[in-house]
Amino acid sequence: MELTDLSMLELAAKLAAGEVSSVEVTRACLARIAQVDGKVKAFLCLDEKGALAAAEASDARRKAGSPASPLDGVPIGVKDLFLTEGVPTTAGSRILEGFSPPYDSTVVGLLKKAGLPIVGKLNLDEFAMGSSNESSAYGPTHNPWALDRTPGGSSGGSAAAVAAREVFGALGTDTGGSIRQPAAFTNLVGIKPTYGRVSRYGVIAYASSLDQVGPMARTVPDTAALLQLIAQHDPLDSTSAPVEAPNYSEDLEGGVRGLKLGVPREYFIEGMDPEVEATVRQAMAAYERLGATLVEVSLPHTKYALATYYLLAPAEASSNLARYDGVRYGLRAKDAKGLREMYGQSRDRGFGSEVKHRIMLGTYALSAGYYDAYYVRAQKVRTLIRQDFTKAFEQVDAILSPASPVPPFKLGEKTDNPLSMYLMDVFTLPCNLAGLPGLSLPCGFTKSNLPIGLQILGKPFDEARLLRIARAFEREHDFSRRLAPL
Amino acid sequence: MKLTIEQVRHVANLARLSLTPEEEQRYATQLSAVLDAVAQLQELDVSGVEPTSHATLAASLLREDVTRPSLPPEKGLANAPSKVGTSFAVPKIIE
Repeated sequence: MELTDLSMLELAAKLAAGEVSSVEVTRACLARIAQVDGKVKAFLCLDEKGALAAAEASDARRKAGSPASPLDGVPIGVKDLFLTEGVPTTAGSRILEGFSPPYDSTVVGLLKKAGLPIVGKLNLDEFAMGSSNESSAYGPTHNPWALDRTPGGSSGGSAAAVAAREVFGALGTDTGGSIRQPAAFTNLVGIKPTYGRVSRYGVIAYASSLDQVGPMARTVPDTAALLQLIAQHDPLDSTSAPVEAPNYSEDLEGGVRGLKLGVPREYFIEGMDPEVEATVRQAMAAYERLGATLVEVSLPHTKYALATYYLLAPAEASSNLARYDGVRYGLRAKDAKGLREMYGQSRDRGFGSEVKHRIMLGTYALSAGYYDAYYVRAQKVRTLIRQDFTKAFEQVDAILSPASPVPPFKLGEKTDNPLSMYLMDVFTLPCNLAGLPGLSLPCGFTKSNLPIGLQILGKPFDEARLLRIARAFEREHDFSRRLAPL
Repeated sequence: MKLTIEQVRHVANLARLSLTPEEEQRYATQLSAVLDAVAQLQELDVSGVEPTSHATLAASLLREDVTRPSLPPEKGLANAPSKVGTSFAVPKIIE
């Protein structure tokens, strides 16, 4: 077994035992990146010097008997949406080409404080808008399980880098499924915590009422350990919840005996891939064997979630992305005559097609005459969707569903049809609208060896239970241990 | 709902995007398709339903009106496409 094939906690144990140093393992990651990233294209930027300096500091702490955290010295990567002081941050967009943040996002600061070398910045759909990584201005990332296929999006670079064993874990963001769908497409565990659980200070905004930061890793215990480092209140983020995080690793092995798990009747839709449906149903049956009770629940407004999301998210995006005007940072059209022309040309040259599409849609939904009919109505339907979940959680402890209606699709397959692409998020985005935590767990493969993910949704701030439910399945199945053939 | 080219131009102007004629045509088609799809929300009766702007926040998001440390000017200006002294420079505004 290669060093880079280890899980985060396996590596942490070797670091603790002195069997390997953080510098050695960081060099192993860099070598692995040199070997495979030409095919995967997960990284937009490497910070070799910074990562090795962090690894040296970690080794020194270890030698002095004072590691900063259980994952001190474990190399990771972060989505290129997180501000990293002095390291280029692009959000996958030309408009931020050459931007060097003057400070760290809170989560990056927490990872640095915990001693994890950050190897580099990972590719994403431009401004996190997409489900396939193809809207990145820097070209798509490829799925390590099948290089002609997408790793999902928008945190596709994060997912691919971990699945390709270039790093041991990564941070992503999830606005409508952008952690869970790529995790499902690359055989990883990914969790979108409750809205407000993790700070978004210094994270480039897409849709502020929906965005949340979360970890991705190859196993449930790794994911729990990584979440532990970032789940805390941040006074710099006014949407950060002042709710103390429990110890996520403590009750991981507690099993599911006695739990009631909901199966929403609206989540098995027409057009769903038959292999995905069969595999997810098998996983649900496995939970019954493990002692849980499956309970059919109804989320009657599910069919309206997609439309609700695709009004609210672009509306918020059109507002958030107004800051890219060529004045303070980012691309400026140099030949523009006057301020107005500079705004228009800078934004037209800097933003890609999907971003412009969503800005236009959001601006339209917020414009005079349409605000009530589109934006306010969508916010009201959001209330109905939230109420559906509240009622369902009166009956059950968590909800099971597919993470994606299809396995990883081919690059280029859906790029000409935004509506077809939007359907990829149909199972993941209701959770964002309701602000709930959601986790994606490897639960099987198609006949052609493409990963399939099971989604587990929970009550607000119930991440510990989601991780425990996921771990119960993972312990009985070897899917998480399977490595991409790369 | 079919968006006209004039409507697309109006929205692009509001969004401060200078679109090419080809882009205007493409967005007219794509946005019309999305607006047709989201029209299904009109079939729901939402009278008496309160809108949700944040799913899990009940409290006010306004912070206390107190001075906090902020970026020093040299850091704030470090990424400026153009600057003069401690200010961002922009093309002439007044004709």
